[in-house]
Amino acid sequence: MWKFLLPFAAFVVLAVLFAAGLNPNRDIHALPSPLIGKAAPSIALTDVMDPNRRVNNADYKGQVYVVNVWGTWCHACREEQEELLTIAQQKVVPIIGLVYQDERDRAKQWLQQLGNPYTAVAFDNDGRTAINWGVYGAPETFLVDGQGRIVYKFVSPITTEVWQREFLPRIAAARRAGA
Amino acid sequence: MKPGWRVKTTRRVTVKLWLLLLMVSLCAVTGARAAPALVDANGQIEDPALQARFERIVKDLRCLVCQNESIADSNVELASDLRRQVREMLFDGKSDDAIFDYMTDRYGEFVRFNPPLKRKTLLIWGAPFIVLLLGVGIIFRIVRGRSRMPLDDEPAAGPV
Repeated sequence: MWKFLLPFAAFVVLAVLFAAGLNPNRDIHALPSPLIGKAAPSIALTDVMDPNRRVNNADYKGQVYVVNVWGTWCHACREEQEELLTIAQQKVVPIIGLVYQDERDRAKQWLQQLGNPYTAVAFDNDGRTAINWGVYGAPETFLVDGQGRIVYKFVSPITTEVWQREFLPRIAAARRAGA
Repeated sequence: MKPGWRVKTTRRVTVKLWLLLLMVSLCAVTGARAAPALVDANGQIEDPALQARFERIVKDLRCLVCQNESIADSNVELASDLRRQVREMLFDGKSDDAIFDYMTDRYGEFVRFNPPLKRKTLLIWGAPFIVLLLGVGIIFRIVRGRSRMPLDDEPAAGPV
């Protein structure tokens, strides 16, 4: 009895592991963020368009907002840019941009050429803010609720599908909880 | 002001001056240890003990961009930002645990190559022993099975 059952059980276990490992929808580089449910770290930086203007996420307290980390060196961010422009037109939530590992002039040029979907774009010149947010690449997008807590993090470019499936319901839920 | 006041103080001042000079020279002698740790031209922390701690810590931190490299080995910008962070925290007198906690708070347990032994990581640390026990069990069964078989060089039992 064991002679047949044991190899069969081993086969089932392996099959389940392989199915999970080979799942094409799974992004092997996406890591769960330990910051989910925690207070969003502060963003207190200068605006990429104007070094004299400040960008503080504290100003958004009480609102549900999105933080999108990008850089001109990031090809996927270019794809995402179009989607973000469409999303921004719908005016669902304010989107704060966080420019990461980049040069101010390049970032400025990018926004002028491709359009600016952001309510404000913070310039992180030394990567310290990004470390506090646990950023390890771009694009990365965070959703912050009205209490200033990170509700969700998405690694990879946002698509229409991702926005509708992952973000919109969470935004609605955060607003319901905040009201 | 009384006459003679000036003379007295001058003597006191000279004594103080000597004391000060003694203290300064003492500082100069022992100062090498007390001075804040600095980084030399090669990016090495001048205090060797601190440099050793730095090397040990950065070897245990995963570079999340190129996930199988440590931030000690990786050249990407995130790794150098994180190395700077570790260095600064060491200069601030933070303990190794405080530095690891800082990193896991932001990047999760995955950032450590040697996760601490906890209930959550018990399976990771226990897996080699479980596999070892399994192997021993299998070998034991095989050996016992074979010991029941007749040996090749013994004459077969029963009438020939």
